[in-house]
Amino acid sequence: MPKLTVDGIEVEVPPGTSVLQACEAAGAEVPRFCYHDRLSVAGNCRMCLVEMEKAPKPIASCAFPASEGMVIHTKSEVARKAQKGTMEFLLINHPLDCPICDQGGECDLQDQAMAYGWHSSRYTENKRAVTDKYMGPLIKTIMTRCIHCTRCVRFATEIAGVSEMGMLNRGENAEITTYLENALASELSANVIDLCPVGALTSKPYAFVSRPWELKKVESIDVMDAVGSNIRIDARGQEVLRVLPRLHEDINEEWISDKTRYACDGLKRQRLDRPYVRRDGKLQPASWAEAFAAIATRLNGLKGSEIAAIAGDAVDAESMYALKRLMTALGSPNIDCRQDGARLGGGPRAGWLFNTTIAGIEDADALLLIGTNPRWEAALVNARIRKRWLRGRFPIGLVGQPVDLTYDYDHLGAGAQSLSEIADGSHRFAEVLKAAKKPMLVIGSGALARADGAAVLAAARAIAEGFGMIQPDSVDEDGETVAGWNGFNVLHSAASRVAGLDMGFLPGEGGADVAGILAGARSGAIKLVYLLAADEIDTEALGDAFVVYQGHHGDKGAHRADVVLPGAAYTEKDGLYVNTEGRVQMGFAATFPLGEAREDWKIVRALSDAVGHTLPFDDLVALRQALMAEYDTFAAIDTIEPAPWGAFGAAGALEEAPFGSPIENFYMTDPISRASKTMAECTEVFSLRRQPVATGTHG
Amino acid sequence: MRARAAYIYVRGEFYNEARNLQAAIDQAYDAGLIGRNACGSGYDFDVYLHRGAGAYICGEETALLESLEGKKGQPRLKPPFPAGVGLYGCPTTVNNVESIAVVPTILRRGPEWFAGLGRPKNAGTKLFCISGHVNNPCNVEEELGIPLRELIDKHAGGVIGGWDNLLGVIPGGSSVPVLPKAICDDVLMDFDSLREVRSGLGTAAVIVMNKSTDIVRAIARLSYFYKHESCGQCTPCREGTGWMWRVMERMVRGEADVEEIDVLEEVSRQIEGHTICALGDAAAWPVQGLIRHFRPEMERRIAARKAGQPVVPTAQAAE
Repeated sequence: MPKLTVDGIEVEVPPGTSVLQACEAAGAEVPRFCYHDRLSVAGNCRMCLVEMEKAPKPIASCAFPASEGMVIHTKSEVARKAQKGTMEFLLINHPLDCPICDQGGECDLQDQAMAYGWHSSRYTENKRAVTDKYMGPLIKTIMTRCIHCTRCVRFATEIAGVSEMGMLNRGENAEITTYLENALASELSANVIDLCPVGALTSKPYAFVSRPWELKKVESIDVMDAVGSNIRIDARGQEVLRVLPRLHEDINEEWISDKTRYACDGLKRQRLDRPYVRRDGKLQPASWAEAFAAIATRLNGLKGSEIAAIAGDAVDAESMYALKRLMTALGSPNIDCRQDGARLGGGPRAGWLFNTTIAGIEDADALLLIGTNPRWEAALVNARIRKRWLRGRFPIGLVGQPVDLTYDYDHLGAGAQSLSEIADGSHRFAEVLKAAKKPMLVIGSGALARADGAAVLAAARAIAEGFGMIQPDSVDEDGETVAGWNGFNVLHSAASRVAGLDMGFLPGEGGADVAGILAGARSGAIKLVYLLAADEIDTEALGDAFVVYQGHHGDKGAHRADVVLPGAAYTEKDGLYVNTEGRVQMGFAATFPLGEAREDWKIVRALSDAVGHTLPFDDLVALRQALMAEYDTFAAIDTIEPAPWGAFGAAGALEEAPFGSPIENFYMTDPISRASKTMAECTEVFSLRRQPVATGTHG
Repeated sequence: MRARAAYIYVRGEFYNEARNLQAAIDQAYDAGLIGRNACGSGYDFDVYLHRGAGAYICGEETALLESLEGKKGQPRLKPPFPAGVGLYGCPTTVNNVESIAVVPTILRRGPEWFAGLGRPKNAGTKLFCISGHVNNPCNVEEELGIPLRELIDKHAGGVIGGWDNLLGVIPGGSSVPVLPKAICDDVLMDFDSLREVRSGLGTAAVIVMNKSTDIVRAIARLSYFYKHESCGQCTPCREGTGWMWRVMERMVRGEADVEEIDVLEEVSRQIEGHTICALGDAAAWPVQGLIRHFRPEMERRIAARKAGQPVVPTAQAAE
């Protein structure tokens, strides 16, 4: 452990630490632009120059390894002069258009110019102007502001895995651009906006919308996929203006997907802001009392088996729990949270979790993907796989339809046939798994949401058990406990799914699952279907059933409904979400529900009163207490308890059909993103591959 | 050194030179001097010739390695040095062909012979390339420490118009500070002597300028060259070289204030020593040399401009 002195303070740092990190450890502030914790070191901005004793000239602290006996000065005359000099150079060609720049107020250059800049410019020549580039519908470019730190280039190349950004030309003519002015085709592209230390890359949909100090910032959890990315919701008044990533090392690090970031404009369109009741074949505005009365009237005299409920993909745990309690009170076994029909649930919890954990991917040494496209189903899990893959010695095999991933993989076959071959050891990839010490597999809903899903799940379990993916804790020769390894992973794509499975929002004794509910509705056996923000089912198949839709968007479910109960979107309610790892996280409301809409659990609670089965909780705390008392996994907020292993899945014949992907268009997967204008533009450019006719610099 | 391969990087413009060199390499292969079982030693050794695309920065050792790897020629951060992590991540030593070329002679005649040439710590020979206002521009290998005047008179046929017509000499390629005639009179051409007079031997490309030279314009042209050849990677060089060049262009025409000479000097100091590679230093030194030795000429032009007189170089003004 090298020991060095920074500004008179002695610090000891781990080997491999840079001088800049050592300075931070000593509490010294070193300005920087190009340096970023998660990117390779470029050392090109020269802002972090510090004085090292016995060195002939100042050193770039970000790139210089800390070593024993160094004496560093970050505020000496030499260091200050170097930093001020660099700052002056950075500003001579910068337009200094802060008053009209969207980065204003959260700009590294602005902040550091206050501390390290001159009072005025000595540069009297003309400033350089740079043509703006087209980078797609998300990233607005004003390249004259660029300081060439190359953070965006390094992010695209290293993290996002698309080598489409780079620097053209030399010297003062150097320009950052995308390849042939194409949109940056990555589902993580907009992270470059956060990375850009100046206003060169800013958010296109958010352009000229607001200043950072006008916003109310609420820390919450994303529901666009099952990763549970930590986000910060920035709202002004009743309007959510933007979503930004929040640091969580074990989940999203500091990135979020473009859908997470930009679907929020869908919160302003197609919203349900008051109850509706269908009269004379048309949905008519109604009061809450009328809506509840309509439901109570229809429920009157129905047997429990004639009622069913389906929970949607983005609902909070509390409202699902409340609805489950209400359905139990009404005597209905027909509940299901698996809109896609995945054959999961029941049995040990390890059977539906991403047991390795997202951070745990970094410890694995072989990976088998089954019927999944992680790039679309969970962009940040994909980023983590790439991070591991970049370190090398990480063979990856894929069973399923070939997909465009950001790392090399071995395509092993399209369907269950290859799975059986791996399981019995006759497939070439079996050797790879056998040789690995910590192998893992990821099975997606493309393989599980089909008739033989339970058999596929059992086959995956057999592979996990047969190739040493399940290793219990052990004790080594020195008596130290060696942590076990669970390489069996289910990758969900719905934010509510694991919570639903954890609380058993599944068909009860003799109850129907989603397919059964739809069949029952068609045949008339089921007379009332309660859709809790469930839009991803075939609503045409609901037959003559009386449909209650509770949700926040006028999507498929609401169109078919007989009664619409306006609920809250994820930005408008406090709620618990369980991500694909089984990690319970708490989301918080940034704004109030729209118009007459209410938090979802409150609606269920009020309805229970109206139908004569009052639920025993009057506030969210009481509801959570009841939930946690019944299902103790919900009490462990943001902690991972290894789930016990056991038997799950079911033996059965495997079908020949190839594993598909549940997502056809990454940018539109739920009611919010389908209502989003930005996501529509992304669909146009990235999914349909229609570039705008003329880009910024086309003649 | 146990090296298995050597790469010779030739600047792209030197097409014929590269062809000739490749022919020589081919002959060496045919004669069994290099390649598999080189010289019958049982040791395999390959020599590759690589033609660059003509970027000045690719003479910097790590930019050269990047260029060899097929990337854009931009210097790497050091540490790690090429001796640890070099070409394709392997330990690499980078030398001028000039240095390697002298090795056979040293081996043949002995190290004492080589060390006996020149002064202590400045021993050996050097290839001097004498250009500019001399009667006979030439390349010549000479002993280190030869007086500059002797070098020019003996090999290059003297300064055009005689030694007294000399204005100044850039003794070590475009990157080192210019020396005025007073220093040129008796300076020795080796590393320490030139460092003592605040210049440098550099590449030993001696640029001779007689009194017909517009010295400010000459240095401004060098500033343009460095602005043009800056790779654009790091801030001081990318931004500073353009700034210096623009100020220098105005200095040529006298369109400046006297105080701007100090700003120019300070800007050059802000570049020097703050960049990833030495191109920043190389861009700064010519300007610093000009200001150090020819400041009166710069001030005279500014004054002339302010007085509404024509702004011309000193020599022409005297006519």
